[in-house]
Amino acid sequence: MKRSSDEGIVISPIKNGTVIDHITPGEGLTVIRILGIQDGTNVTFTVATNVVSSRGGRKDMVKIENRELVKSEVDKLALIAPDAKISIIRDSKVVEKKSVEVPTDITGVIKCPNPNCITNTREPAESRFTFHSRGFRCCYCDTVISREMDIGDYI
Amino acid sequence: MTHDQKNILSVRDMDREEIDALLTAAAKFDQKKFTGHELEGKILAVLFFEPSTRTRMSFASAMMRLGGKILNLGSVEASSIAKGETLSDTIRVISGYADAIVLRHPKEGAARLASEVASVPVINGGDGAGQHPSQTLLDLFTIRKSMKLENIDIGLQGDLRYGRTVHSLAAALTKYDDIRLHTIAPEGLDLPSHLKQDLTDAGMEIIVHENIEETIPELDVLYVTRLQRERFPDPAAFASFAATYRVTPELLEMAKPSMIVLHPLPRVDEIDPAVDKMPCAKYFQQAHYGVPIRMAMLNEVMRS
Ligand SMILES: [Zn+2]
Repeated sequence: MKRSSDEGIVISPIKNGTVIDHITPGEGLTVIRILGIQDGTNVTFTVATNVVSSRGGRKDMVKIENRELVKSEVDKLALIAPDAKISIIRDSKVVEKKSVEVPTDITGVIKCPNPNCITNTREPAESRFTFHSRGFRCCYCDTVISREMDIGDYI
Repeated sequence: MTHDQKNILSVRDMDREEIDALLTAAAKFDQKKFTGHELEGKILAVLFFEPSTRTRMSFASAMMRLGGKILNLGSVEASSIAKGETLSDTIRVISGYADAIVLRHPKEGAARLASEVASVPVINGGDGAGQHPSQTLLDLFTIRKSMKLENIDIGLQGDLRYGRTVHSLAAALTKYDDIRLHTIAPEGLDLPSHLKQDLTDAGMEIIVHENIEETIPELDVLYVTRLQRERFPDPAAFASFAATYRVTPELLEMAKPSMIVLHPLPRVDEIDPAVDKMPCAKYFQQAHYGVPIRMAMLNEVMRS
Protein backbone atom coordinates (compact mmCIF):
# COMPACT_ATOMS: atom_id res chain seq x y z
CA MET A 1 0.00 0.00 0.00
CA LYS A 2 1.24 3.39 -0.98
CA ARG A 3 0.39 6.25 1.33
CA SER A 4 0.12 9.80 0.27
CA SER A 5 -0.29 12.53 2.81
CA ASP A 6 -3.07 14.43 1.08
CA GLU A 7 -5.04 11.54 -0.39
CA GLY A 8 -5.09 9.12 2.53
CA ILE A 9 -4.80 5.47 1.58
CA VAL A 10 -4.58 4.96 -2.14
CA ILE A 11 -5.40 1.57 -3.58
CA SER A 12 -2.37 -0.39 -4.79
CA PRO A 13 -1.20 0.30 -8.33
CA ILE A 14 -1.99 -2.07 -11.17
CA LYS A 15 0.09 -3.19 -14.12
CA ASN A 16 -2.60 -3.20 -16.79
CA GLY A 17 -6.15 -2.02 -16.69
CA THR A 18 -8.25 1.01 -15.82
CA VAL A 19 -8.40 3.31 -12.84
CA ILE A 20 -11.53 5.38 -12.44
CA ASP A 21 -11.01 8.25 -10.05
CA HIS A 22 -13.20 11.07 -8.73
CA ILE A 23 -16.35 8.97 -8.71
CA THR A 24 -19.24 10.55 -6.83
CA PRO A 25 -18.94 9.22 -3.24
CA GLY A 26 -21.03 6.11 -2.71
CA GLU A 27 -21.26 5.29 -6.42
CA GLY A 28 -18.16 3.07 -6.68
CA LEU A 29 -20.12 -0.15 -6.38
CA THR A 30 -22.72 1.12 -8.84
CA VAL A 31 -19.90 1.68 -11.31
CA ILE A 32 -18.85 -1.93 -10.88
CA ARG A 33 -22.43 -3.09 -11.33
CA ILE A 34 -23.16 -1.12 -14.49
CA LEU A 35 -19.90 -2.26 -16.02
CA GLY A 36 -21.14 -5.80 -15.50
CA ILE A 37 -18.16 -6.98 -13.47
CA GLN A 38 -19.85 -8.05 -10.26
CA ASP A 39 -19.49 -11.42 -8.62
CA GLY A 40 -19.41 -14.30 -10.99
CA THR A 41 -16.99 -12.71 -13.40
CA ASN A 42 -13.27 -13.38 -13.18
CA VAL A 43 -12.30 -9.74 -13.44
CA THR A 44 -10.22 -8.50 -10.51
CA PHE A 45 -11.37 -5.16 -9.23
CA THR A 46 -10.94 -2.95 -6.19
CA VAL A 47 -13.31 -0.29 -4.91
CA ALA A 48 -12.25 2.41 -2.49
CA THR A 49 -15.10 4.39 -1.09
CA ASN A 50 -15.22 7.76 0.68
CA VAL A 51 -11.57 8.49 0.00
CA VAL A 52 -10.49 12.02 0.96
CA SER A 53 -9.98 13.84 -2.31
CA SER A 54 -7.03 16.14 -2.96
CA ARG A 55 -9.60 18.55 -4.39
CA GLY A 56 -11.39 18.56 -1.04
CA GLY A 57 -14.43 16.50 -0.15
CA ARG A 58 -14.69 12.77 -0.69
CA LYS A 59 -14.73 10.46 -3.67
CA ASP A 60 -14.85 6.82 -4.68
CA MET A 61 -12.18 5.09 -6.74
CA VAL A 62 -12.38 1.92 -8.80
CA LYS A 63 -9.52 -0.08 -10.22
CA ILE A 64 -10.11 -2.84 -12.74
CA GLU A 65 -7.29 -5.12 -13.76
CA ASN A 66 -6.64 -6.16 -17.34
CA ARG A 67 -9.56 -4.34 -18.75
CA GLU A 68 -9.93 -1.09 -20.70
CA LEU A 69 -13.31 0.56 -21.01
CA VAL A 70 -15.05 0.99 -24.35
CA LYS A 71 -17.01 4.10 -25.28
CA SER A 72 -20.45 2.76 -24.37
CA GLU A 73 -19.16 1.90 -20.91
CA VAL A 74 -17.65 5.35 -20.48
CA ASP A 75 -20.99 6.87 -21.48
CA LYS A 76 -22.81 4.84 -18.85
CA LEU A 77 -20.22 5.86 -16.30
CA ALA A 78 -20.79 9.51 -17.13
CA LEU A 79 -24.42 9.19 -16.07
CA ILE A 80 -23.65 8.22 -12.51
CA ALA A 81 -20.23 9.80 -12.07
CA PRO A 82 -20.07 12.93 -14.21
CA ASP A 83 -16.80 14.09 -12.61
CA ALA A 84 -14.96 10.79 -13.05
CA LYS A 85 -11.43 10.70 -14.47
CA ILE A 86 -10.34 7.58 -16.28
CA SER A 87 -6.74 6.44 -16.55
CA ILE A 88 -5.72 3.59 -18.83
CA ILE A 89 -2.69 1.74 -17.48
CA ARG A 90 -0.36 -0.35 -19.61
CA ASP A 91 2.88 -1.79 -18.19
CA SER A 92 2.32 0.20 -15.00
CA LYS A 93 2.27 3.48 -16.94
CA VAL A 94 -0.65 5.78 -17.47
CA VAL A 95 -0.98 5.81 -21.23
CA GLU A 96 -4.22 7.72 -21.45
CA LYS A 97 -6.15 9.99 -19.09
CA LYS A 98 -9.63 11.15 -19.95
CA SER A 99 -12.66 12.83 -18.44
CA VAL A 100 -16.08 11.43 -19.01
CA GLU A 101 -18.54 13.37 -21.06
CA VAL A 102 -22.24 13.30 -20.24
CA PRO A 103 -23.94 12.18 -23.47
CA THR A 104 -26.86 14.22 -24.79
CA ASP A 105 -28.61 11.17 -26.22
CA ILE A 106 -28.64 7.84 -24.40
CA THR A 107 -30.15 4.83 -26.14
CA GLY A 108 -30.77 1.45 -24.60
CA VAL A 109 -29.05 2.22 -21.29
CA ILE A 110 -31.60 3.71 -18.90
CA LYS A 111 -34.77 1.85 -17.99
CA CYS A 112 -37.65 4.32 -17.89
CA PRO A 113 -39.02 4.60 -14.32
CA ASN A 114 -42.56 5.09 -15.63
CA PRO A 115 -44.26 1.67 -15.55
CA ASN A 116 -46.80 2.89 -18.11
CA CYS A 117 -44.12 3.89 -20.62
CA ILE A 118 -44.24 2.07 -23.97
CA THR A 119 -40.55 1.14 -23.54
CA ASN A 120 -41.53 -0.98 -20.51
CA THR A 121 -43.73 -3.31 -22.57
CA ARG A 122 -43.08 -6.22 -24.90
CA GLU A 123 -42.57 -3.78 -27.75
CA PRO A 124 -39.19 -3.98 -29.44
CA ALA A 125 -38.45 -0.40 -28.39
CA GLU A 126 -35.10 0.63 -26.99
CA SER A 127 -35.27 3.24 -24.26
CA ARG A 128 -34.04 6.65 -25.32
CA PHE A 129 -33.26 9.56 -23.03
CA THR A 130 -32.01 13.04 -23.78
CA PHE A 131 -30.12 15.40 -21.54
CA HIS A 132 -32.43 17.88 -19.87
CA SER A 133 -31.73 20.85 -17.60
CA ARG A 134 -32.82 18.85 -14.55
CA GLY A 135 -31.67 15.37 -15.52
CA PHE A 136 -32.63 13.02 -18.33
CA ARG A 137 -35.92 12.95 -20.16
CA CYS A 138 -37.53 9.87 -21.71
CA CYS A 139 -38.13 10.56 -25.41
CA TYR A 140 -41.28 8.45 -25.33
CA CYS A 141 -43.20 9.42 -22.19
CA ASP A 142 -41.37 12.62 -21.14
CA THR A 143 -40.60 11.26 -17.66
CA VAL A 144 -37.59 13.06 -16.21
CA ILE A 145 -35.02 11.31 -14.06
CA SER A 146 -33.83 14.28 -12.09
CA ARG A 147 -30.42 14.70 -10.53
CA GLU A 148 -31.97 14.18 -7.08
CA MET A 149 -33.04 10.68 -8.11
CA ASP A 150 -30.46 7.92 -8.16
CA ILE A 151 -29.97 7.30 -11.85
CA GLY A 152 -27.93 4.19 -11.02
CA ASP A 153 -31.21 2.52 -10.04
CA TYR A 154 -32.37 2.73 -13.64
CA ILE A 155 -29.27 1.45 -15.41
CA MET B 1 -40.21 6.27 -40.56
CA THR B 2 -39.69 7.86 -43.95
CA HIS B 3 -37.82 11.16 -44.01
CA ASP B 4 -40.69 13.28 -45.28
CA GLN B 5 -43.30 11.67 -43.02
CA LYS B 6 -45.10 14.35 -41.06
CA ASN B 7 -46.42 13.24 -37.69
CA ILE B 8 -48.33 15.10 -35.00
CA LEU B 9 -47.31 13.46 -31.74
CA SER B 10 -47.03 16.16 -29.13
CA VAL B 11 -47.49 19.91 -28.94
CA ARG B 12 -44.13 19.94 -27.18
CA ASP B 13 -42.46 19.02 -30.50
CA MET B 14 -44.09 21.93 -32.30
CA ASP B 15 -42.85 25.48 -32.38
CA ARG B 16 -45.18 28.42 -32.12
CA GLU B 17 -45.25 28.98 -35.90
CA GLU B 18 -46.39 25.41 -36.51
CA ILE B 19 -49.10 25.68 -33.87
CA ASP B 20 -50.29 29.03 -35.21
CA ALA B 21 -50.38 27.64 -38.76
CA LEU B 22 -52.62 24.78 -37.63
CA LEU B 23 -54.89 27.16 -35.71
CA THR B 24 -55.15 29.42 -38.75
CA ALA B 25 -55.99 26.44 -40.97
CA ALA B 26 -58.61 25.33 -38.45
CA ALA B 27 -60.18 28.81 -38.55
CA LYS B 28 -60.51 28.47 -42.32
CA PHE B 29 -62.19 25.08 -41.97
CA ASP B 30 -64.41 26.42 -39.19
CA GLN B 31 -65.61 29.17 -41.57
CA LYS B 32 -66.50 26.46 -44.11
CA LYS B 33 -63.76 27.66 -46.45
CA PHE B 34 -62.98 24.28 -47.98
CA THR B 35 -64.12 22.24 -50.96
CA GLY B 36 -64.64 18.87 -49.30
CA HIS B 37 -62.27 17.29 -51.83
CA GLU B 38 -59.05 18.09 -49.97
CA LEU B 39 -58.44 14.52 -48.88
CA GLU B 40 -60.41 12.75 -51.59
CA GLY B 41 -58.99 9.31 -52.28
CA LYS B 42 -57.18 9.21 -48.94
CA ILE B 43 -57.78 6.65 -46.23
CA LEU B 44 -57.33 7.25 -42.51
CA ALA B 45 -56.82 4.25 -40.24
CA VAL B 46 -58.40 4.87 -36.86
CA LEU B 47 -56.70 2.70 -34.24
CA PHE B 48 -58.19 3.14 -30.81
CA PHE B 49 -56.86 0.70 -28.23
CA GLU B 50 -58.94 2.30 -25.52
CA PRO B 51 -62.42 3.71 -25.82
CA SER B 52 -62.89 7.39 -26.52
CA THR B 53 -65.98 7.66 -28.62
CA ARG B 54 -65.90 11.42 -29.04
CA THR B 55 -62.30 11.72 -30.10
CA ARG B 56 -62.80 8.85 -32.54
CA MET B 57 -66.00 10.30 -33.99
CA SER B 58 -64.54 13.73 -34.27
CA PHE B 59 -61.51 12.44 -36.23
CA ALA B 60 -63.86 10.44 -38.44
CA SER B 61 -66.10 13.45 -39.01
CA ALA B 62 -63.10 15.65 -39.87
CA MET B 63 -61.83 13.07 -42.39
CA MET B 64 -65.22 12.70 -44.04
CA ARG B 65 -65.74 16.45 -44.30
CA LEU B 66 -62.52 16.67 -46.29
CA GLY B 67 -63.67 13.90 -48.62
CA GLY B 68 -61.55 11.10 -47.18
CA LYS B 69 -62.47 7.62 -46.01
CA ILE B 70 -62.12 5.85 -42.68
CA LEU B 71 -60.81 2.43 -41.80
CA ASN B 72 -61.66 1.39 -38.27
CA LEU B 73 -59.72 -1.00 -36.11
CA GLY B 74 -62.86 -2.73 -34.93
CA SER B 75 -62.81 -4.52 -31.64
CA VAL B 76 -59.43 -5.27 -30.13
CA GLU B 77 -60.69 -8.63 -28.83
CA ALA B 78 -61.34 -9.91 -32.34
CA SER B 79 -58.03 -8.79 -33.80
CA SER B 80 -54.41 -9.89 -33.97
CA ILE B 81 -53.71 -7.75 -30.93
CA ALA B 82 -55.71 -10.21 -28.85
CA LYS B 83 -53.39 -12.91 -30.22
CA GLY B 84 -50.47 -11.04 -28.71
CA GLU B 85 -49.18 -9.05 -31.66
CA THR B 86 -47.02 -6.08 -30.70
CA LEU B 87 -48.13 -2.55 -31.48
CA SER B 88 -45.04 -2.19 -33.70
CA ASP B 89 -46.13 -5.09 -35.91
CA THR B 90 -49.73 -3.89 -36.05
CA ILE B 91 -48.58 -0.45 -37.15
CA ARG B 92 -46.24 -1.85 -39.81
CA VAL B 93 -49.11 -3.84 -41.31
CA ILE B 94 -51.74 -1.08 -41.07
CA SER B 95 -49.30 1.35 -42.72
CA GLY B 96 -49.95 -0.55 -45.94
CA TYR B 97 -53.71 -0.05 -45.70
CA ALA B 98 -53.97 3.69 -45.15
CA ASP B 99 -52.49 7.12 -45.88
CA ALA B 100 -52.30 8.09 -42.22
CA ILE B 101 -52.94 6.56 -38.81
CA VAL B 102 -54.65 8.06 -35.77
CA LEU B 103 -53.61 6.12 -32.72
CA ARG B 104 -55.05 6.12 -29.24
CA HIS B 105 -53.28 3.82 -26.84
CA PRO B 106 -53.10 3.36 -23.05
CA LYS B 107 -49.28 3.41 -22.93
CA GLU B 108 -47.40 6.69 -22.84
CA GLY B 109 -45.11 7.16 -25.82
CA ALA B 110 -47.07 4.66 -27.95
CA ALA B 111 -47.66 7.19 -30.72
CA ARG B 112 -43.98 8.09 -30.90
CA LEU B 113 -43.03 4.44 -31.17
CA ALA B 114 -45.71 3.96 -33.82
CA SER B 115 -44.31 6.88 -35.83
CA GLU B 116 -40.89 5.23 -35.82
CA VAL B 117 -42.14 2.03 -37.41
CA ALA B 118 -44.94 3.42 -39.59
CA SER B 119 -44.43 4.26 -43.24
CA VAL B 120 -47.31 6.77 -43.18
CA PRO B 121 -47.92 9.79 -40.90
CA VAL B 122 -49.07 9.12 -37.34
CA ILE B 123 -51.34 11.41 -35.35
CA ASN B 124 -51.46 10.92 -31.60
CA GLY B 125 -55.08 10.64 -30.50
CA GLY B 126 -54.02 10.40 -26.85
CA ASP B 127 -51.53 8.08 -25.18
CA GLY B 128 -52.30 7.11 -21.61
CA ALA B 129 -51.55 9.95 -19.24
CA GLY B 130 -49.27 11.41 -21.90
CA GLN B 131 -49.95 13.65 -24.85
CA HIS B 132 -53.22 14.46 -26.58
CA PRO B 133 -52.30 17.16 -29.08
CA SER B 134 -55.71 17.55 -30.74
CA GLN B 135 -57.26 18.43 -27.36
CA THR B 136 -54.53 20.98 -26.65
CA LEU B 137 -54.87 22.53 -30.09
CA LEU B 138 -58.63 22.87 -29.77
CA ASP B 139 -58.19 24.44 -26.32
CA LEU B 140 -55.80 26.99 -27.80
CA PHE B 141 -58.14 27.52 -30.72
CA THR B 142 -61.08 28.26 -28.42
CA ILE B 143 -59.05 30.80 -26.47
CA ARG B 144 -57.81 32.40 -29.68
CA LYS B 145 -61.39 32.76 -30.91
CA SER B 146 -62.09 35.09 -27.98
CA MET B 147 -58.81 36.91 -27.40
CA LYS B 148 -55.18 37.24 -28.44
CA LEU B 149 -52.94 34.53 -27.09
CA GLU B 150 -50.70 36.95 -25.20
CA ASN B 151 -50.65 38.90 -21.98
CA ILE B 152 -53.58 37.03 -20.47
CA ASP B 153 -54.39 35.42 -17.12
CA ILE B 154 -55.52 31.80 -17.30
CA GLY B 155 -57.00 30.02 -14.33
CA LEU B 156 -56.75 26.23 -14.13
CA GLN B 157 -59.17 24.67 -11.69
CA GLY B 158 -59.81 21.12 -10.54
CA ASP B 159 -57.60 18.05 -10.64
CA LEU B 160 -54.36 19.55 -11.87
CA ARG B 161 -52.23 16.64 -10.74
CA TYR B 162 -53.62 13.90 -12.95
CA GLY B 163 -55.38 15.99 -15.57
CA ARG B 164 -53.27 15.60 -18.67
CA THR B 165 -55.26 18.13 -20.67
CA VAL B 166 -54.18 20.93 -18.35
CA HIS B 167 -50.54 19.75 -18.34
CA SER B 168 -50.42 19.76 -22.07
CA LEU B 169 -52.25 23.09 -22.35
CA ALA B 170 -49.96 24.73 -19.80
CA ALA B 171 -46.88 23.47 -21.67
CA ALA B 172 -48.25 24.78 -24.97
CA LEU B 173 -48.99 28.18 -23.42
CA THR B 174 -45.30 28.65 -22.57
CA LYS B 175 -44.78 29.21 -26.31
CA TYR B 176 -46.84 32.41 -26.07
CA ASP B 177 -45.80 35.68 -24.43
CA ASP B 178 -46.85 36.94 -21.01
CA ILE B 179 -49.29 34.21 -20.09
CA ARG B 180 -49.85 34.01 -16.35
CA LEU B 181 -51.14 30.76 -14.95
CA HIS B 182 -53.34 30.76 -11.86
CA THR B 183 -53.90 27.37 -10.26
CA ILE B 184 -56.83 26.47 -8.03
CA ALA B 185 -56.75 22.86 -6.86
CA PRO B 186 -57.65 20.78 -3.80
CA GLU B 187 -54.74 19.86 -1.58
CA GLY B 188 -52.72 17.07 -3.13
CA LEU B 189 -54.14 17.66 -6.60
CA ASP B 190 -52.01 20.67 -7.56
CA LEU B 191 -49.76 20.65 -10.64
CA PRO B 192 -46.93 18.10 -10.29
CA SER B 193 -43.75 19.83 -9.13
CA HIS B 194 -41.68 18.68 -12.12
CA LEU B 195 -44.21 20.26 -14.47
CA LYS B 196 -44.24 23.49 -12.44
CA GLN B 197 -40.46 23.52 -12.71
CA ASP B 198 -40.62 23.00 -16.49
CA LEU B 199 -43.14 25.81 -16.83
CA THR B 200 -41.21 28.28 -14.72
CA ASP B 201 -37.98 27.31 -16.50
CA ALA B 202 -39.78 28.24 -19.72
CA GLY B 203 -40.48 31.67 -18.22
CA MET B 204 -44.09 31.22 -17.21
CA GLU B 205 -45.42 32.86 -14.07
CA ILE B 206 -47.50 30.52 -11.91
CA ILE B 207 -49.65 31.84 -9.08
CA VAL B 208 -51.18 29.31 -6.68
CA HIS B 209 -54.53 30.24 -5.14
CA GLU B 210 -56.35 28.92 -2.12
CA ASN B 211 -59.75 29.53 -3.63
CA ILE B 212 -61.32 30.62 -6.87
CA GLU B 213 -62.88 33.80 -5.41
CA GLU B 214 -59.50 35.44 -4.83
CA THR B 215 -58.42 35.15 -8.46
CA ILE B 216 -61.57 35.18 -10.56
CA PRO B 217 -61.72 39.00 -11.05
CA GLU B 218 -58.33 38.98 -12.80
CA LEU B 219 -58.87 35.97 -15.10
CA ASP B 220 -59.38 36.08 -18.87
CA VAL B 221 -59.92 32.32 -19.10
CA LEU B 222 -61.16 29.87 -16.48
CA TYR B 223 -60.31 26.31 -17.49
CA VAL B 224 -62.22 23.84 -15.33
CA THR B 225 -61.44 20.11 -15.17
CA ARG B 226 -63.32 17.19 -13.72
CA LEU B 227 -62.71 16.16 -10.12
CA GLN B 228 -62.61 12.40 -9.95
CA ARG B 229 -64.19 10.80 -6.96
CA GLU B 230 -61.51 8.11 -6.77
CA ARG B 231 -58.80 10.70 -6.12
CA PHE B 232 -60.34 11.57 -2.76
CA PRO B 233 -59.92 9.68 0.51
CA ASP B 234 -63.65 9.44 1.23
CA PRO B 235 -67.03 10.53 -0.17
CA ALA B 236 -67.32 13.35 2.38
CA ALA B 237 -64.00 14.88 1.32
CA PHE B 238 -65.12 14.66 -2.30
CA ALA B 239 -68.51 16.26 -1.59
CA SER B 240 -66.91 19.12 0.30
CA PHE B 241 -64.44 19.81 -2.50
CA ALA B 242 -67.07 19.44 -5.19
CA ALA B 243 -69.16 22.11 -3.45
CA THR B 244 -66.19 24.48 -3.03
CA TYR B 245 -65.01 24.07 -6.60
CA ARG B 246 -68.35 24.48 -8.33
CA VAL B 247 -68.62 27.22 -10.93
CA THR B 248 -71.94 29.01 -10.50
CA PRO B 249 -73.59 32.16 -11.95
CA GLU B 250 -73.04 33.85 -8.55
CA LEU B 251 -69.31 33.17 -8.73
CA LEU B 252 -69.15 34.42 -12.32
CA GLU B 253 -70.63 37.77 -11.28
CA MET B 254 -67.19 38.54 -9.88
CA ALA B 255 -65.50 37.86 -13.24
CA LYS B 256 -64.62 40.28 -16.05
CA PRO B 257 -67.45 40.38 -18.62
CA SER B 258 -64.99 39.14 -21.26
CA MET B 259 -63.84 36.09 -19.29
CA ILE B 260 -64.54 32.70 -20.88
CA VAL B 261 -65.15 29.34 -19.16
CA LEU B 262 -63.68 26.20 -20.75
CA HIS B 263 -63.95 22.51 -19.83
CA PRO B 264 -62.64 19.49 -21.77
CA LEU B 265 -65.91 17.63 -21.05
CA PRO B 266 -67.53 15.45 -19.94
CA ARG B 267 -68.34 17.51 -16.88
CA VAL B 268 -70.03 16.18 -13.79
CA ASP B 269 -70.85 18.78 -11.14
CA GLU B 270 -67.99 21.22 -11.66
CA ILE B 271 -70.09 23.69 -13.60
CA ASP B 272 -73.66 24.53 -12.66
CA PRO B 273 -75.92 23.91 -15.71
CA ALA B 274 -77.29 27.43 -15.11
CA VAL B 275 -73.95 28.69 -16.43
CA ASP B 276 -74.55 27.05 -19.83
CA LYS B 277 -76.64 29.87 -21.23
CA MET B 278 -74.30 32.61 -20.04
CA PRO B 279 -72.16 34.22 -22.77
CA CYS B 280 -68.98 33.17 -20.96
CA ALA B 281 -69.78 29.46 -21.33
CA LYS B 282 -67.64 28.29 -24.23
CA TYR B 283 -67.24 24.59 -23.39
CA PHE B 284 -69.72 23.21 -25.91
CA GLN B 285 -68.29 25.48 -28.58
CA GLN B 286 -64.86 24.19 -27.52
CA ALA B 287 -66.01 20.59 -28.14
CA HIS B 288 -67.33 21.56 -31.59
CA TYR B 289 -63.97 23.04 -32.53
CA GLY B 290 -62.59 19.51 -32.28
CA VAL B 291 -63.70 18.92 -35.85
CA PRO B 292 -62.04 21.91 -37.60
CA ILE B 293 -58.87 21.33 -35.52
CA ARG B 294 -58.74 17.69 -36.59
CA MET B 295 -59.46 18.70 -40.19
CA ALA B 296 -56.42 20.96 -40.00
CA MET B 297 -54.30 18.16 -38.51
CA LEU B 298 -55.38 15.57 -41.09
CA ASN B 299 -54.92 17.99 -43.97
CA GLU B 300 -51.48 18.93 -42.66
CA VAL B 301 -50.16 15.36 -42.60
CA MET B 302 -51.90 14.01 -45.73
CA ARG B 303 -52.18 16.83 -48.26
CA SER B 304 -50.17 16.16 -51.36
ZN1 LIG C 1 -40.62 6.58 -20.65
